[in-house]
Amino acid sequence: MMAEATFRQPTTRKALLDERQIELVQKILGYTMLIAVAALLILPLYWMISTALKSPRQMFELPPVWVPNPLEFNNFVQVFQEVPFGRFLLNTIIIVALNILGELFAVTLVAYGFARIRFPGRSILFLLMLSTLMIPYHVTLVPRFILFAKLGWINTYLPLTVPAFTGSAFLIFLVRQYMMSIPFDLDEAAYIDGATRFGVFWRIILPLSRPALVLVVVFTFVGTWNDFLQPLIYLNDPNMFTVSLGLSFFQGARETNWNLLMAGSLLATIPPLILFFIAQRQLIGGISIEGLKG
Amino acid sequence: MMSVINLPKIGVWRDLSASRRREALIGYLFISPWMIGFVIFFLGPIIASLILSFTRWNIVGDPIWVGLDNYATIFGEDLRFKKAVEVTLTYSIFYLPLEVACGIGLAVLMNLKLRGIGLFRTLFYMPSVVPQVAAALVWVWMLNQRYGVVNTLLKNVGVQGPNWLGSPSYVLPSLIIIALWGVGGSAIIYLAGLQNIPEVLYEAATVDGANFLQKFFRITLPLLSPTIFFQLVLGLIGVFQTFTPAFIAAGETGGPLQSGLFYMLYIYNRGFISLRMGYASALAWIMTAFILVVTVLVLRSSRYWVYYETDRSRNK
Repeated sequence: MMAEATFRQPTTRKALLDERQIELVQKILGYTMLIAVAALLILPLYWMISTALKSPRQMFELPPVWVPNPLEFNNFVQVFQEVPFGRFLLNTIIIVALNILGELFAVTLVAYGFARIRFPGRSILFLLMLSTLMIPYHVTLVPRFILFAKLGWINTYLPLTVPAFTGSAFLIFLVRQYMMSIPFDLDEAAYIDGATRFGVFWRIILPLSRPALVLVVVFTFVGTWNDFLQPLIYLNDPNMFTVSLGLSFFQGARETNWNLLMAGSLLATIPPLILFFIAQRQLIGGISIEGLKG
Repeated sequence: MMSVINLPKIGVWRDLSASRRREALIGYLFISPWMIGFVIFFLGPIIASLILSFTRWNIVGDPIWVGLDNYATIFGEDLRFKKAVEVTLTYSIFYLPLEVACGIGLAVLMNLKLRGIGLFRTLFYMPSVVPQVAAALVWVWMLNQRYGVVNTLLKNVGVQGPNWLGSPSYVLPSLIIIALWGVGGSAIIYLAGLQNIPEVLYEAATVDGANFLQKFFRITLPLLSPTIFFQLVLGLIGVFQTFTPAFIAAGETGGPLQSGLFYMLYIYNRGFISLRMGYASALAWIMTAFILVVTVLVLRSSRYWVYYETDRSRNK
């Protein structure tokens, strides 16, 4: 939209100067707004970091201290002593890893089936799968809990990991769309050379689907890492808690130690944030695909 | 959406040749993980949930068939149900338009053609990556009446800040602020929509002497309406599933005077704290029916206000 100024025909030297001035003003205005909004959105993250580095005394100082002095890095050690935060991290990593494994297994197979193999009922089944996205998950929450309770899976990681091995409908949809865009000539050539369907899947389609699979990993990681409701329902033993669940109990436990709580929150935020930076390009591209499907 | 599911007709089983049957079997094998999951974790539980909603059951012992009793109680005398509906709807009415406005506003900023815009896009999107529990916790701390940074900043401009999460009338505004912090997530989708608008339209409008606001309301907004529509439907479903921020910021039972008793929080209370499985199932079904009805209504109404470029694509 900034380029529009150049479109008018400058008739005199003076007019040209005016256009340049307008452009400069627009630029300054643009940056001012960008910086103001960025400051607003970064403030909570800054406050999290700043509080995480405060001593108990500085935490409750008025007016609030913006830059803690001294920086209490010891808070990050204390989080691990006050609560089994190391356990929480380990538990979460185990659950996340199993979910990624499960989704990669199921999503690639199912997406390939829907994208490139012909079978009766394919469109109906695919439509059925898409329709499950429209049903809010909380309808199944109670009966799923009962199912897992009857199986004796309460207070185990099974309810939090086994469903991933059947694939999430959204991720299957995403990968299937990607696989549809791979030229079919590749499969045909491979079949002529005597390849099996699984061979084509494993040697050709899977390697070419890498960008989509990165999205599967990122979405699964962030979704599982951030999940709160399911661990809350299925886990009772504090030693089995995930980071999110552990933090919430830490909050309710006693007179809140906000500096330690913020140190824990920061530790919980860093892994998804790192992943976001690594996969940023693909992530934003992938979200655009999601936005366009409507 | 429709183009996505238009697949070639394959025919029925008995018309297939032997090799086609083999292919079909392999196909079923490939999609079997999803089919198994669909039956065990989706279809089965949904049917079970409907049946359970006609029973009274505290998970130990056998469910007792009570017919429509649960539904009668919910619509008749359940004051907390009314509160939960009121809270969730009030929140939607204020939050959804704000989300659209802030999302588009942020997307317009992200779309400025300035040096270093990539950095700003990253910064704007970042809050939506923060885990919900951590995000809610930092806001609880920031909204602390006495020591919170929000009230300190308000004080600097001469405003006496309220007791945000401690007073019934400020719990929902607090939760709206918390949710809006993550609006970068939807802004990215609006940004994609903005970038699909052909630059020629703006150039033509400029030649015709249109100003920034005219271009925004006559070009940007109409062409963005499919994205807005899509986001509204998703947002609506999302609000009814809001749980974590309310649980953390307002508390397990919904905060002062239950002013933060989101519908999902109420289902959780009934189902997993008082262990009334039948009642919670009935609550879940009422919500699902409501969401489906609203979604259909929004879909129906869309042709009056959503602009699709069908004519253009037909001419291609």
